[in-house]
Amino acid sequence: MRVMTAQTGVPPSIEPDPGATGEPATESAGAPERFVGRSPGQLAWLRLRRDPVAMVSAGLLIFFFLVALGAPLIERLYGVGPRDRFSELLDSRGFPLGYAGGISGDHWFGLTPGVGRDLFIHVVYGLRTSLFIATTSAVLTIVIGVVLGIIAGYLGGVIDAVINWIIDFTLAMPFFIFCMAAVPVVISRFFDPRDEVPPSFRMWLLIVVFALFNWTYTARLVRGQVLSLREREFVEAARAAGAGTGHILFRELLPNLAAPILVTLSLNLPTFITAEAALSFLNIGVVEPTPDLGRLIFDSTTYLRADPAYTLIPGTTLFLLVLAFNLFGDALRDALDPRSGR
Amino acid sequence: MTRFLIKRVLLAVLTLVAVSVVTFLLFFAVPTNPAEVMCGNARSCTPERIEMLEERLGLNEPLVEQYADFMAGIFVGRTYGEGELARECPAPCLGFSFRNDEPVMDIVTRTLPVTASIVVGAAVVWLVVGVGLGMVSALRRGSWFDRAAITVSLAGASMQIYFFGLLLLIVFVYELGWLPNPGYTSPLEDPVAWVSGMLLPWFTLGFLNSAVYARLARAQMLETLSEDFIRTARAKGLPRRQVYGRHALRAAVTPIVTIAGLDIGNTLGGAVITETVFGMHGLGRTAVQAVEFLDMPIVMATVLLAAFFIVVANIVVDLLYVVIDPRVRLS
Repeated sequence: MRVMTAQTGVPPSIEPDPGATGEPATESAGAPERFVGRSPGQLAWLRLRRDPVAMVSAGLLIFFFLVALGAPLIERLYGVGPRDRFSELLDSRGFPLGYAGGISGDHWFGLTPGVGRDLFIHVVYGLRTSLFIATTSAVLTIVIGVVLGIIAGYLGGVIDAVINWIIDFTLAMPFFIFCMAAVPVVISRFFDPRDEVPPSFRMWLLIVVFALFNWTYTARLVRGQVLSLREREFVEAARAAGAGTGHILFRELLPNLAAPILVTLSLNLPTFITAEAALSFLNIGVVEPTPDLGRLIFDSTTYLRADPAYTLIPGTTLFLLVLAFNLFGDALRDALDPRSGR
Repeated sequence: MTRFLIKRVLLAVLTLVAVSVVTFLLFFAVPTNPAEVMCGNARSCTPERIEMLEERLGLNEPLVEQYADFMAGIFVGRTYGEGELARECPAPCLGFSFRNDEPVMDIVTRTLPVTASIVVGAAVVWLVVGVGLGMVSALRRGSWFDRAAITVSLAGASMQIYFFGLLLLIVFVYELGWLPNPGYTSPLEDPVAWVSGMLLPWFTLGFLNSAVYARLARAQMLETLSEDFIRTARAKGLPRRQVYGRHALRAAVTPIVTIAGLDIGNTLGGAVITETVFGMHGLGRTAVQAVEFLDMPIVMATVLLAAFFIVVANIVVDLLYVVIDPRVRLS
């Protein structure tokens, strides 16, 4: 290997962060450590890159994220919006003309019976809704869980006891049933039944509810890890060198927790996608006019017998999305922790 | 042992009280006056009538007193209103539906058998199919059976309950016509109709969970098989069957039992969706409809019942530990 000139001008320092997923080819000038060995993060990245399942699922996920992010662009190129109606393409009973729910060059996934909306653009925007809610709540969940878990594990004593009690109590609440009960109540608290509830309010409400009920798992995990890490020598050394609590918590302990946190994050995403779609299926989560995959499937149940394509298309999309996340999460865990070989 | 049990039960009671307080506060977070909801349309509804209804529901008392009344109602029953408006609600009293004034307890007794049928049947499916599949594929690690089982369980774990239920409905009811439209018949009246009406819900809820449990059981079994006591058992010449069936199974099943106990809550959520998919009138679907009308007594009863089941399941799991795993000693 040859010493290369750093293109980005990054100082040639050694990164202690094992969770860094930078390319293994980022050798910067004058870092002989690179020749001796690779950091755990680089090893994990290499293992991940050699895993075909991980690469396929990652590709699928990138595709889904691109579709979700580019939904307005796709709408413009495709020429049909989620609100457009094509009643002229439905027969007298409200079913789309043609085969498999009216699939055609103009309407790639066909039309929805009854209303006559384009299914493709609804699936595209549905992905956007789903991924937005799932990603935001997963990040929020991790942040709350990690901060409280580290604090509880490191400080111990009364703070630990209180946080632990809150965790125990939250875990005793039936999550899904409580969501079901709480979401409409909170909405009724803020809005008159006659008013229209803004879609963004509903989305943020779901995000907050998901985060409030799920940070406990992360907090438990992180707390357990911190309990053993805090007795290690490097923490003692940092304390002896006069580091403050904040520095020890977030600069010394946190980088060592990157692997379990990443795995939890990646496995939280499909959970939230499922929960959001299920709530919307029950007409409690995201409602009209926000496009949503769960609600599309609920709407399709009325036409199940006559137009199964209406159920199959959003259902399969959701299945692929969750499957890709699960596969990638599993692969990531294997890459980060080679002992869990299966 | 007794001390441990008492401690666990006390903790469970404490948790239930906390859940009931939160649910009760939720009930009062609803800004609409339940008396107005009950009163119906605005024209025929006079302020006197609203006042009368408020009195009958006990809504004119302070919050703490109302909570005390509600809790007392569950254990000893209570009387709503006073004088000629008085109405008896025998224990366990969960109040009256805002919408049609039916006692909530009657609604629960009518709908709970449906939900219980779904959950119990599904649990049998997933424990037998899931754990069995996981165990077998762990013992035959790397075989085609193992690989097929992994693929199926991965796909199953990523499937949505309602999508899977609808798929089953399309295939077995609409296309092949092998099964009747799912519905609930009391097993006491007609056991055959009960089974044939519940088969799809059982498989819908059970199969998806069994996917998760197969993965879990496989991982647990593999971990157990690599432990020292298994090698010791093999080395001292125990037959394979005894090593796997007695030593490994008992150790591997313990964490699965824990998760199963914790999963009761999720299963109840799954039951809600299953009932909605198949249009069955169980407690979950009743609760979803009640939520839409902010019919809070029904919602509260559902949340409390669910919490009760979760807490009880956790105690049962702790006790099962001792029975299953010889390494666990309660202290």
